[in-house]
Amino acid sequence: MKAAKGLKAAKEPREDAKGDDAKFWDLRLYVAGQSPKSLRAFSNLKKICETHLAGRYRIEVIDLLKNPQLAAGDQILAVPTLVRKLPVPIEKIIGDLSNEGRALVGLDLRPRSIGADGAQ
Amino acid sequence: MGTIRKNIRASRTPLPKSPTGISGLDEITLGGLPRGRPTLVCGGAGCGKSLFGIEFLVRGATQFNENGVLMTFEEPVRDVTQNVTSLGFDLDSLVARKKLVIDHVRVERSEIEEAGDYDLEGLFIRLNYAIDSVGAKRVVLDTLESLFSGLANHAILRAELRRLFGWLKEKGVTAIITGERGEATLTRQGLEEYVSDCVISLDHRVIEQVSTRRLRVVKYRGSTHGTNEYPFLIDEDGISVLPVTSAGLEHQASSERVGTGVKDLDSMLGGKGYFRGSSILVSGTAGTGKSTLAAHFADAACRRGERCLYFAFEESPHQILRNMRSIGLDLGRHVASGKLRFHASRPTLYGLETHLATVHKKIADFQPRAVVVDPISNLATAGSLPEVRAMLLRLVDFLKMRQITALLTNLTSGGQTLEGTDVSVSSLVDTWLLLRDLEHNGERNRGIYVLKSRGMAHSNQVREFLITSRGIKLVDVYLGPAGMLTGSARVAQVAREAADELKGLKEVARRQRLLKQKRQAMEAQVLALRAAFEAEREEVLSEVAIDRLRREKAGGDRAEMARSRSAGTGTARGNENGHGMAAVRRDREILR
Repeated sequence: MKAAKGLKAAKEPREDAKGDDAKFWDLRLYVAGQSPKSLRAFSNLKKICETHLAGRYRIEVIDLLKNPQLAAGDQILAVPTLVRKLPVPIEKIIGDLSNEGRALVGLDLRPRSIGADGAQ
Repeated sequence: MGTIRKNIRASRTPLPKSPTGISGLDEITLGGLPRGRPTLVCGGAGCGKSLFGIEFLVRGATQFNENGVLMTFEEPVRDVTQNVTSLGFDLDSLVARKKLVIDHVRVERSEIEEAGDYDLEGLFIRLNYAIDSVGAKRVVLDTLESLFSGLANHAILRAELRRLFGWLKEKGVTAIITGERGEATLTRQGLEEYVSDCVISLDHRVIEQVSTRRLRVVKYRGSTHGTNEYPFLIDEDGISVLPVTSAGLEHQASSERVGTGVKDLDSMLGGKGYFRGSSILVSGTAGTGKSTLAAHFADAACRRGERCLYFAFEESPHQILRNMRSIGLDLGRHVASGKLRFHASRPTLYGLETHLATVHKKIADFQPRAVVVDPISNLATAGSLPEVRAMLLRLVDFLKMRQITALLTNLTSGGQTLEGTDVSVSSLVDTWLLLRDLEHNGERNRGIYVLKSRGMAHSNQVREFLITSRGIKLVDVYLGPAGMLTGSARVAQVAREAADELKGLKEVARRQRLLKQKRQAMEAQVLALRAAFEAEREEVLSEVAIDRLRREKAGGDRAEMARSRSAGTGTARGNENGHGMAAVRRDREILR
């Protein structure tokens, strides 16, 4: 699986980041095999991160088909689910992230109210 | 045609079922829940659906060797475990022994952002993992509907749930899905659309501040089932459903007789007492001795070595024991020996159905041969009249089915006709004893009579019944020209009669004495008369003798004179003399 290759692909945070630059995004993407939704989610996530968080994020992809025991730990129900471990508080974004507006809200990259309105 | 039908029947295999182990439910469903299929258990908040699910799993693991998975959407694992500890279910131990997996699925809407298309594969994976880890055959999802509040996209959710139920069937697990009751539907989210094999509805109704739990099998595809609403209990043994129906009239009628505990009463009932397995109603106004009679019945049963269960709806067991001790009935020793058991509760404590359920359960536990319900009239406060009647009908039927001799007491309230019960059970019972106050001359006394007693010769007499320090005693009432007399009127009458009798005796003695005196007087008179007579006779005799002597003397003189005048007349003189003595003797004879 392509996405799996990016597993634990951590990128060092950039020194010159501005605004929330001090923050670091620790993300975990739960997928179930190489379903279209999973692949779509990974590519969407990758795109968003590169655009908004270049160098300040880490994505861990977990395939629940291979590691089903990990689903309970993060209370995974829907697939795909992106768990934002950092920055706190923990936030879950479910879906293939095709709705970028909502994904940005979930990643705390856009204020909730605007995101909620603009999402639909 | 016949063969075809036969073939169809032969090829038709009965729906495999998975016994729940929940007492009573397997009877209603004729074997349990459909094996390998999902069952929907729905009901309002606090109706016991979670417990239903948990008990299904626990019984499966402990009794049927079927491991289970509990997926809870509402409470954390620790809370679930704690909740059922009081019911004797040790979930921790089952988890430790790998017989049970509990997975808490927490869905918090505020923590979830939905961005795009998704499915619930994660849930499937978790469930699948849990099932496979213990080889589970049973699954409980409690309450799936929480997902609707956690996830915004209901279209996806519904599609996924449909897939989930299909998947569960494919997996071959027997599943229970719980659902919250909706306003017009069985479940708020219409889960009944997806789960069509078996639907069980639980209900927790409160009518006039009294709660009753009920269970109903709404639907069971491919199987017959009881369709009634059945009361159920949640107590220290978990859920027990009571398949109480009007069992019909198929019970055996025993001709064995059991004593009433009161010897005189036995003799009123053909000399032998009640029939075993019959139902006896003792009705009467307050303070007529119903409980006392019931206690005698219980005592007699225990003395026979039978177990007796005493349902007290009015008094506490201690109070009953104390009261009965005062009349010389020591029920305490029967309690100590385990033959007598009390179950006391306030009728208003819970609903009728629950009462009935409790009665059933206690009877099933204790297996008594005799039961006392004291009094049934109090139950009327726990429900409406038709309900009470239906409940008592079922109770009486149930007791008869089990050949339990039952004594029910009924308090007749003032102003009511005595020959009636406010709960109209009189037609259900076999023997009806009526206790009544007999008011007369400013006092109240107790009377007892047998209003009816099916299948036996019984007394038609009203007897007065006394509660003495040595139990109940029946005495004949006085029936006289002045009517029926009881109590002190009877005592007075008895005394009066005794006095009358004494008076009669005295009169006889007096007359005897009088007669004796008369006889004595008469005899004295006779004696006096006789004495007078004797005196007179003696006088007469002596006069006669003197007269004769004089005449003889005169004759002698004459002879002397003749002799002196002429000799040879001596013979004649002697003859004369002899003749004289005989005459005297003759005279005496006459006068005697």
